[in-house]
Amino acid sequence: MALFSGIALALIVGAVLLGPLLWPVPINEIDFTAKLQGPSWKHPLGTDDLGQDLLARLIYGGRISIAVGVAAMIVAIVVGVLVGAIAGMASGRVDAALMWVTDLFLSLPQLPLLLLVIYLFRDSVKGVLGVEGGAFVLIVAVIGGTRWMSAARLVRAQFLSLREKEFVEAARALGASRVRQVVQHILPNALGPVIVVATIDIAAAIIAESTLSFLGLGFPSDVPTWGSVLRDAKDYLDIAPHWALFPGALIFITVLAINFIGDGLRDALDPRRVL
Amino acid sequence: MSEPLLSVKDLRKHFAVRGGILSRVVDKVHAVDGVSFDIAAGETLGLVGESGCGKSTTGRCILRLIEPSSGEVYFQGADVTKMNHGALQALRRDMQIIFQDPYASLNPRLTVGAIIGEALTIHNLAASRQALEDRVVQLLETVGLQPDHMRRFPHEFSGGQRQRIGIARALAVEPKLLICDEPVSALDVSIQAQVINLLEDLQEQFGLTYLFIAHDLSVVEHISTRIAVMYLGRVVEIAPARDLYDTPLHPYSEALLSAVPIPDPTVKRKRIMLEGDVPNPIRPPSGCHFHTRCPIAKPDCSQRAPVLEEKRPGHWAACHYRG
Amino acid sequence: MAEPLLDIRGLKTWFKTDDGMVRAVDGVDLHIDRGETLGVVGESGCGKTVTARSVLKLIDMPPGRFEEGKILWQGRDLIPLEQDEMNKIRAREIAIIFQEPMTSLNPVYTVGDQIAEVIELHQKLSRKQAMAGAAEMLRLVNIPNPQRRVNDYPHQFSGGMRQRVMIAMALSCQPKLLIADEPTTALDVTIQAQILELMQEMKERFGMAIMLITHAMGVVAETCQRVTVMYAGKVVEEAPVEALFGNPRHPYTQGLIRSIPRVDRAAEKKQRLEAIAGTVPSLLDPPPGCRFASRCKFAMDVCTQAMPPLKEVGPGHYVRCVL
Repeated sequence: MALFSGIALALIVGAVLLGPLLWPVPINEIDFTAKLQGPSWKHPLGTDDLGQDLLARLIYGGRISIAVGVAAMIVAIVVGVLVGAIAGMASGRVDAALMWVTDLFLSLPQLPLLLLVIYLFRDSVKGVLGVEGGAFVLIVAVIGGTRWMSAARLVRAQFLSLREKEFVEAARALGASRVRQVVQHILPNALGPVIVVATIDIAAAIIAESTLSFLGLGFPSDVPTWGSVLRDAKDYLDIAPHWALFPGALIFITVLAINFIGDGLRDALDPRRVL
Repeated sequence: MSEPLLSVKDLRKHFAVRGGILSRVVDKVHAVDGVSFDIAAGETLGLVGESGCGKSTTGRCILRLIEPSSGEVYFQGADVTKMNHGALQALRRDMQIIFQDPYASLNPRLTVGAIIGEALTIHNLAASRQALEDRVVQLLETVGLQPDHMRRFPHEFSGGQRQRIGIARALAVEPKLLICDEPVSALDVSIQAQVINLLEDLQEQFGLTYLFIAHDLSVVEHISTRIAVMYLGRVVEIAPARDLYDTPLHPYSEALLSAVPIPDPTVKRKRIMLEGDVPNPIRPPSGCHFHTRCPIAKPDCSQRAPVLEEKRPGHWAACHYRG
Repeated sequence: MAEPLLDIRGLKTWFKTDDGMVRAVDGVDLHIDRGETLGVVGESGCGKTVTARSVLKLIDMPPGRFEEGKILWQGRDLIPLEQDEMNKIRAREIAIIFQEPMTSLNPVYTVGDQIAEVIELHQKLSRKQAMAGAAEMLRLVNIPNPQRRVNDYPHQFSGGMRQRVMIAMALSCQPKLLIADEPTTALDVTIQAQILELMQEMKERFGMAIMLITHAMGVVAETCQRVTVMYAGKVVEEAPVEALFGNPRHPYTQGLIRSIPRVDRAAEKKQRLEAIAGTVPSLLDPPPGCRFASRCKFAMDVCTQAMPPLKEVGPGHYVRCVL
């Protein structure tokens, strides 16, 4: 299953990266004579209400969706590992405080929070980084910033159990500094499950981005992402179902593939299989 | 007598037991409850007792892997419990530990070479990469492994081989004292003998001093010069190994010895059967900790705690009525 | 001679893994007569536990499977039996206790409930009668205050007490055979002595046979009448206990006996232990010939060519060695 998913994902990522070379149709070429057409040789996935080529838009949108997914995952994992590692090593009050913050974030309703943050900061960030760049940074920060908690808890739990392990004790007995204990002995052994969480985070971030775009809070509407294409399509579901079908299917297949890969990684990284 | 290499004086370690929603300290486990003993250079002191008697905690307190609650530990005349970071770092070169579980004690993500070489890196004991590698090879050969093993990972080795890797890691800094925490109890019998023989060879070769912690009396008996028997955080008897076997003074040592099964069906012994279980170390019995299970206990045993007395030359026991 | 209670003939239990077929039990013959205690000894991975579980068909299939052989229980082969047929034999005729008394009991039910459940299931008694039976069983295994303790949960018992509960549960249907899989390995020596004595007492009271699986030669010497020594999935020696310890014939048995330090031989000690070199071979597609050949001091060319048969070298004393 993981292998099959790997192939599927590789195909999608490959198409998204190389697609513009193989399908050099501009994404913004408006052609009212060909609006809302179904799949044809000229437009393999059909066109939207402005007659823009859907394949080109989805290829471009896939780049943004996947880039957002990966970048948000990196933010989530970096924050999560840092918080978890500090909490796991510090114990006592620092640990309690960090876990309190983690629980706080976990108990916040995510979507309203996302909306609020985007409303509040959209304009100021845009002013600094430009329209597209601003939207990208904001969305990544917001998705990453609300998804680091599971990684933090996981890393903390791993640290708590690993630091009592005899090989860490042996390192202490040899005079290893705290940094050395963490970098050399604890962290590498804690990362296996984190990688699994990371893959699943990518999938979740893609969904989150689609949701935001669908709600009109993501990228500007002239920038296609899988989510925004889907949103634009929703009003024409009865006339042009293909318009919604393809982006929906892409999100579905990508997320499903990533989740299966995550499961496969979990099995492969299980230390019981290594020992 | 010359100054002992290691001298432990009235060592105590209490662990806090937290409970309730507010995780307040509700109780204390008296894991080590006033332990004193000396180890002379070149000898092997066996530390035996059943699970929960505090023998492993004692070993870790000596190394300050666990901070003792009170008491002193003198190593070559200096008090380990008062050492600052720098002095402790230097101490780590003189005192090392090998662990019970050959699976948990090696980092699964490092090669054997990196595991053994780590101490050399930490203490800057190798001038170059080549020097480090040469030293690792030498250590591997010392413990009976092959030089090409250094590029492999721990999971490729059997339990006995892993224990050898752990020993090589401890030997890398050329320690004087090696604390062996149940080094063979996780191994198969036929492998146990290999590791015991190796430890004996190394002691001879490098003039090592051992604190040998184990629950298996026959192994301790075999390897030790002197033996200390612990029960519920206290040492109840210390004697030369042979004396302890021939004439155990404390009723607990006696019962412990008689409970060890002998692999010879023709030997029939009278077994002293102890009633009940080891009491909870959160609330150890008053007076002599052993009085609840002792076959010769008298009423005042629950009132007065006996102290270790030299009942015979070199043979100390903590019992009001024996010796 | 009367038909043996349990007669295992040429049993092969193999496990299919990603790396190939693991021949955990590879042609084992052993039998147990009524009322006797048979010791099955060997190191980890020798197949002793798999043999025991095969008898009760507690092997997960797949990955495990019975490749060949018969397990004759009072003359009736258990291997072809269906699940519900097998359940009539489990507990009522053959019962088993495990090494880990911590995990063998369900933590969310009282011990009384758990014992009563077994009684209810197999003896068609009411709940009330079954609970009374449970209390009676606890009394038999010398648990103080059995009437009150039936209502306690497993975590309220110590390790030794839990093993007593396990024995009570196993004996509640008065089986003809008790399989004890390393029943004392997780326990301290003084508790081990108590449990072994209890098993002896129960055996006399109920007249059952015991199959005692262990790696400890001392335990075997003190409790068994006959011994089967296993190595790498094969029986290498079978003998009455006196003959096995007095005149071990297989080099592996000899090595096992000599590699254990003996607490009763303190006086003549400081001789080296005789270790068996090397480690247990892999059970993945083992080579032809004697499995022990690679570690054997006396190995000859013939040893690596064909598996030697079990041959009789004395009354009831069989050995699988060309010597």
